[in-house]
Amino acid sequence: MTTATIPQRRVPPLGGFNRTLLALELRRMLRNRRTVVFSVVMPVLFFLIFGPGKKYSDESAGHGNVTAFIMISMAVYGAMLATTGGGAMVAVERGLGWSRQLRLTPLTAGAYIAVKVLIAMSLGGISVAVTYAAGALSGAHMDGPVWVETAVVAWVGSLVFAAFGVFMGYVLPSENVMQVVGPALALLAFLGGLFVPLSQMGAAFQAVAKVTPMYGLSELVHAPLTGQSPGWAAVANVVVWLALFAGGAAWRFRKDTARV
Amino acid sequence: MLAGMTQIETAPPPVAHAVPAVELRGLTKSFGPVRAVRGIDLTIRPGEIVAFLGPNGAGKTTTIDMALGLSRPDSGTARVYGMEPQDAVRRGLVSAVMQTGGLLKDLTVAETLRLTASLFSDTRPVAEVLSRAGISDVADRRVVKCSGGQQQRLRFAMALLPDPELLVLDEPTTGMDVTGRRDFWSAIRQDAEAGRTVLFATHYLEEADAYADRVVLVSQGQVVADGTASQVKALVSGRTVRATVPEAGEALVARLRALPGVEDVELRGDSVLVAGSDSDAVARYLLTDTAARDLEITSRGLEDAFITLTSEGTQK
Repeated sequence: MTTATIPQRRVPPLGGFNRTLLALELRRMLRNRRTVVFSVVMPVLFFLIFGPGKKYSDESAGHGNVTAFIMISMAVYGAMLATTGGGAMVAVERGLGWSRQLRLTPLTAGAYIAVKVLIAMSLGGISVAVTYAAGALSGAHMDGPVWVETAVVAWVGSLVFAAFGVFMGYVLPSENVMQVVGPALALLAFLGGLFVPLSQMGAAFQAVAKVTPMYGLSELVHAPLTGQSPGWAAVANVVVWLALFAGGAAWRFRKDTARV
Repeated sequence: MLAGMTQIETAPPPVAHAVPAVELRGLTKSFGPVRAVRGIDLTIRPGEIVAFLGPNGAGKTTTIDMALGLSRPDSGTARVYGMEPQDAVRRGLVSAVMQTGGLLKDLTVAETLRLTASLFSDTRPVAEVLSRAGISDVADRRVVKCSGGQQQRLRFAMALLPDPELLVLDEPTTGMDVTGRRDFWSAIRQDAEAGRTVLFATHYLEEADAYADRVVLVSQGQVVADGTASQVKALVSGRTVRATVPEAGEALVARLRALPGVEDVELRGDSVLVAGSDSDAVARYLLTDTAARDLEITSRGLEDAFITLTSEGTQK
């Protein structure tokens, strides 16, 4: 250690973002039994309860059967739980003082959020993949390309909820943020028609449901199967909610880094 | 601001061209109506081991947060090796051991270190910092299962990873037992022998005395004294002699003031209070040459010293 001059040191590239960090964060996430049960086991279980072996199971839903329709719904529900939970890890880490500790390292705040979103999306991807595997093994039928199209839409669309999770992670200071957010997600999934098709609900319910955050993604993800165009309302729904949640997260995040 | 400060600075003159490890200029910070830091100036040269000594609520943590770039001063500047604190952090020039928190419970000790290491450009090997912090035996233990002392050593190991020029410790032994505290400091001292600059906050005079070359005494958000450990110790280690002296008057006060080492004499009715460094001489005089009785000698604690120094500071 020299004392006469400023020691020469390097700043890491990409704000400290690196693969070791991603790998350890992913391992941490998968080690959390509650996270895995909520985002992977539960949607598969719901699918197995409501999907195969029913009178309606083999009825046509367009380019596939009703079992496939329910499988897609549950995959989206799982991805939604996974990505929200992943984003909401921010709340836990703020509560533990980890975010503050990270400010004593080269990791930039932007790189930190990027890691959280990537990890959330990874878990979302696992959730979709596992639910689809369960579907393929238990009587879900779709045309070949529809499998891929719906899976990709389910996964990419769950970015809306990764943003929602990060936003909630900054708004709610609790370590048990998912206990608050979990029931809210079930309600949103219900309003989005993931549990019961909206066409079976009353007109007033449908009108309200159309402006809730799950509606757009639910319409988009089922479109390749049903063959019906999802319509602009669904696309606008996804875009607007993504903008609102990402904007909210950015706003709270900036306030948070300015405060401490 | 400096007017009221007890100046006992005798540190060597700065090395030519040396960039100060820490340079704080006129730092202030308020939280609502509470003025936590009220104008702190402090320069720490490379290689110094400096204790930031003060009672709880003196503004030590607030000052350290600003020196590390964790919070922004209301006014004044903080520089670390001539840079914005955050730039120094990104280069691994400075790292810190904070009081509490800052650990993920679900990672193991080794994973926490690997994760932290991955964030820096250049780091020491994980195995090396584990052994220097004395926690190699618990490397595979989850953080949640570690004792408070082990967690603190983990924080220390994390701080060692970038091989920082400056190590900042904020009350690092809070909540540790005597043995844990001694072991922790011996690890720090071993490390500092290699020439690392160390700044630590503490409210224990013994810690400051035992481990620092220089002690900066802070109280109510200001530096009230700055000098070597023994100078500051002398400053705060005087004794007070109290006695009941019937018909004590100004004449007695004047005679007491003339005794060696007497700093202050106060008359309260029949009682006389004498503060100074030679309590034996005062007691001998009172008992042999006056009608004094009920004599008590109490050592002046650190808290008293803070109060004395601070009120001196605000009066001037």
